[in-house]
Amino acid sequence: MSASAPIIKIDGISKSFGNFKVLDGLSMQVMPGEKLALIGPSGSGKTTILRILMTLERIDGGHIQIDGEQLYHIERNGQLLPADERHLTRMRQKIGMVFQLFNLFPHKCVMDNVTLAPMLTKGTPRATAEKRAMELLEMVGMADKAKNMPAQLSGGQKQRVAIARALALSPKIMLFDEVTSALDPELVEEVMNVMRKLAAETDMTMLLVTHEMGFAHDFADRVLFFDRGKIVEEGKPDEIFRHPKQERTQGFLKKIIAAGHRV
Amino acid sequence: MTQWSGYFGLILQGALVTIELTLMGSVLALFMAFVAGMGRLSRFFVLRALATAYIEFFRGTSIFVQLFWAYFVLPFIGISLTPLQAGVLALGLNVGAYAAEVVRGAIQSIGREQYEACTALNLGRWQGMRHIILPQALLVMLPTFGNNAIELLKATAVVSLISLADLTFQAQVVRAQTGNTMVPFATILVIYFILALLISWGVRSLERRMARGLDGVRV
Repeated sequence: MSASAPIIKIDGISKSFGNFKVLDGLSMQVMPGEKLALIGPSGSGKTTILRILMTLERIDGGHIQIDGEQLYHIERNGQLLPADERHLTRMRQKIGMVFQLFNLFPHKCVMDNVTLAPMLTKGTPRATAEKRAMELLEMVGMADKAKNMPAQLSGGQKQRVAIARALALSPKIMLFDEVTSALDPELVEEVMNVMRKLAAETDMTMLLVTHEMGFAHDFADRVLFFDRGKIVEEGKPDEIFRHPKQERTQGFLKKIIAAGHRV
Repeated sequence: MTQWSGYFGLILQGALVTIELTLMGSVLALFMAFVAGMGRLSRFFVLRALATAYIEFFRGTSIFVQLFWAYFVLPFIGISLTPLQAGVLALGLNVGAYAAEVVRGAIQSIGREQYEACTALNLGRWQGMRHIILPQALLVMLPTFGNNAIELLKATAVVSLISLADLTFQAQVVRAQTGNTMVPFATILVIYFILALLISWGVRSLERRMARGLDGVRV
């Protein structure tokens, strides 16, 4: 690990939904530029971590630092106070997210989906925003569909547009939440290819929650195996997938392989 | 025959008043619907309480009584309105209260994932509302807005009670002067119906235009 400071520092966070404790004192760190894969059974808290980082869920306790700054707190006179909306807005500029169900804006064409946020949140002039959008759409192979409406696209195409839309804000950290889970099998590959390219070409920090173990293996520098809100095991993809040490990791991988997923 | 055409002219004048009332009342109703409908979803208790009080009060009391208040009671506290102003006020506030619930329901019908996309793209509350939520919610509101507009059109008949010369008022004038009941009332029945049809068509074509592209059909 290099001497630089972690870009994400999660410190003892907990989160409950009703009586169900999803996260209980979880701590972890991510270094700048790291590509992380979060794997584990459903309900293990992987997606919740991403949603917390995107401020879609609030934490019940603990602290999170993004890029050296508190995410949910403001430091004032040496005291940590709950963050206000203004602070959250500033912190969100560092983070982008791609959703399982794309969440494109159905009433806006592909181009407008990508340019809307830069124009509104950063005041980017339309011409600049559109030029950048075309570059990004080119990268995800969707430039020829710029004028289409989302309803005219396949799931894989929608997801590639959603990736371009998140990238348009140039976040330092990208969160991918099961981005291929809702796709027909034959469309999974086109989205994974875009993400492989992205991982190889950018120094963005990326967190990926996935059930595609083969993809996690190719994509990640480090794999975290979650179970019941805790990190059971972590390591390089080869270590986790070829020589898992923990029984629970072995059991999980066995089940996944039995279910027909490739590793 | 010439006599009848004169009476028909009277009724047409009444139709113009009815149309005027309907248009102006609808504008006020639409304004109140958005203010109160969004007020009900506000983070601030005071705004929610005010919006709820307005909606419940104007839905819960009779349009007749509201009109009488606007025209006969308000002068006692120093506000004198012309019959037209009183009519627009009562109709707009009354129908606006119903339409406010339409606005609220439509906004709430937009899926959570759209709000989450707004957060992830760092749009402010108002930006997300203005560019993402409302344009989609508007499409949900439109059919019911059409209903509300037709209700408003039909409710305009009550203004004849404060001597505003609308369609119903003129029909009564014609009836009194000619002694014929059938013809004037049949005429205004048809005119109300045609006006309601126009509203239906207008709203439906607006709906079609706004829905373009949303269903995957080529634009």
